[in-house]
Amino acid sequence: MGGERLKIILSLTPPLLIIFTLFFGGIFYGFLQSLGYQPAIGKYELNFSAYYNVMFSERYAKLFWTGLGLNLWVSFASTFLAAVLALFGALAIRKTFFAKTICNFIYSLNLPMPHLVVAVGIIFVFSQSGLLARLASQIGLIASPGDFPVLVKDKYGFGIILAYIWKEAAFFFIILMSVLQSLGENFEELAQSLGANRWQRFRYVILPLVMPNLFSASIIVFAFSFGAYEVPALLGVIYPQMLPVMAFEFFLNPDLNARSEGMALSIIIAIIVMILVVLYFWLTQAKIRKD
Amino acid sequence: MNNNLKKINIYAIYLGAFILILPLIAFFINAFSFRWFYPQVIPKELSLQAWVRLKLIPKPGQRTFDGFIELWASNPAVIKALLNSLSIGFLVTIVSIIIALPAARVLGLLNFRFKKLIIFIMVSPTILPPIAFVLGLNINFISWGFSGNYFGVCLVHLVPIMPYVVLTMTGIFANYNPDFEHQARTLGANKTKTFLLITLPAIAPGMVVAALFAFLVSWSQYLLTFLIGAGKVMTLPLLVFSTASSGNPALTAAISIIFIFPAILILFFTSKFVSGESGATSGFGKI
Repeated sequence: MGGERLKIILSLTPPLLIIFTLFFGGIFYGFLQSLGYQPAIGKYELNFSAYYNVMFSERYAKLFWTGLGLNLWVSFASTFLAAVLALFGALAIRKTFFAKTICNFIYSLNLPMPHLVVAVGIIFVFSQSGLLARLASQIGLIASPGDFPVLVKDKYGFGIILAYIWKEAAFFFIILMSVLQSLGENFEELAQSLGANRWQRFRYVILPLVMPNLFSASIIVFAFSFGAYEVPALLGVIYPQMLPVMAFEFFLNPDLNARSEGMALSIIIAIIVMILVVLYFWLTQAKIRKD
Repeated sequence: MNNNLKKINIYAIYLGAFILILPLIAFFINAFSFRWFYPQVIPKELSLQAWVRLKLIPKPGQRTFDGFIELWASNPAVIKALLNSLSIGFLVTIVSIIIALPAARVLGLLNFRFKKLIIFIMVSPTILPPIAFVLGLNINFISWGFSGNYFGVCLVHLVPIMPYVVLTMTGIFANYNPDFEHQARTLGANKTKTFLLITLPAIAPGMVVAALFAFLVSWSQYLLTFLIGAGKVMTLPLLVFSTASSGNPALTAAISIIFIFPAILILFFTSKFVSGESGATSGFGKI
């Protein structure tokens, strides 16, 4: 059917054109620039020196590797903690109780909240003169703001992790709620009638059932937190610095040579995310085959 | 479940809800009290000074209808950013729906070669971070003349939005039965009429969710607007970011409240539709 084929091509062209020219075009041109191709300053030869500089030169190596370490730590910690907290929240909130609808709404409230606002909220609550510090001083836990632990703009990335937990726990929560709702309680009741205790029901009934959705949500959250700019830019410190912030600052550097390094960094971030995603698919596929 | 455990469970939920809502409480206290000094938990006095400084509420004594109109007509920065954010959001949403509609129909209803590959290409911007494409694109946009203007910002917003709109609407069309259209056609309805009376009502609920979602993604875009807009296109997230970095909590809180208002409104209206199976939900994680 030639007519149908034409229809398919015509329908798919506009969105594909946008993705190809803007998205892949942007990546491709960024890649070219990371190889040192910068017609604006008369550089046409291609080499990997920007990658080498970023990763191994004396000037940037320390910044890069600590940044990468911070990136991995923040993404793993926030994804894991958000998933665990959301799982407990979703399991707890299933039963009916007073003000359930309101609680449900509050638990989903951060879902549409922009990351930027969540980061500002974390500053308001967790900084040394924030709401929690005030509450702590009110009940006599701390004497001065300095006694409150540094949780925002700290070198371990706690503030960044907190912001991502705040935001992504709501995302996990919504996904888990819908999975649990569609499952109903039949499986659990069956397990219970067969003599399974609470832990066994959780470990061998609920967890395997929600795991596929939890896992695919984790990969989205991980990939996002690995490459996002706003939250670490607001809640991070100058050293160690997360890679997206570092890439952006290289890029904005008035020295045009630093631009190649910024591009190289952004390509490195993309490659790491891609490797992790592929690894994830490979792992899940292997698991499906095994089962 | 034994009774004590049940109680602990419920109190834990209340505690969780309280902790989750703390930032929101802090936003409101900060925005409506100009001098909220440590260690006060509750501010000594309420004040609208932040809103006056942002030129959203007139000074005391001028708070009449005319006073408001006059102040807002003077085009304060927040109103300007708000209008930019709104208009970019609307425009991008409409354009993305129009572009996605035929593609989603084809992807949802037909089977053809390379379909999986095309879907994979379509969703790739949802996995790779924006910083991976926007730095390179920025240079391209400068040479094409799209940098630093409204059009360029709209165009770049399409990149994160397109995948979700296509995905959500593909999901709608996957559960859609085109036979009704054939019936309408055999009964003599023309193409336009069939679309307006048969297709549109069937896909409308899902389309509204996709549209609200697309709007929200555009609404909360910081990095793309900042880079492509080159500081010339001011939107609300840019204003929030710069105010937050300069460190005035009252002003930051006031702008943030304006910024999050539509988000909460949209959650309120779509909470029924938002579930783990919807393609749009996956996008919420990335706003």
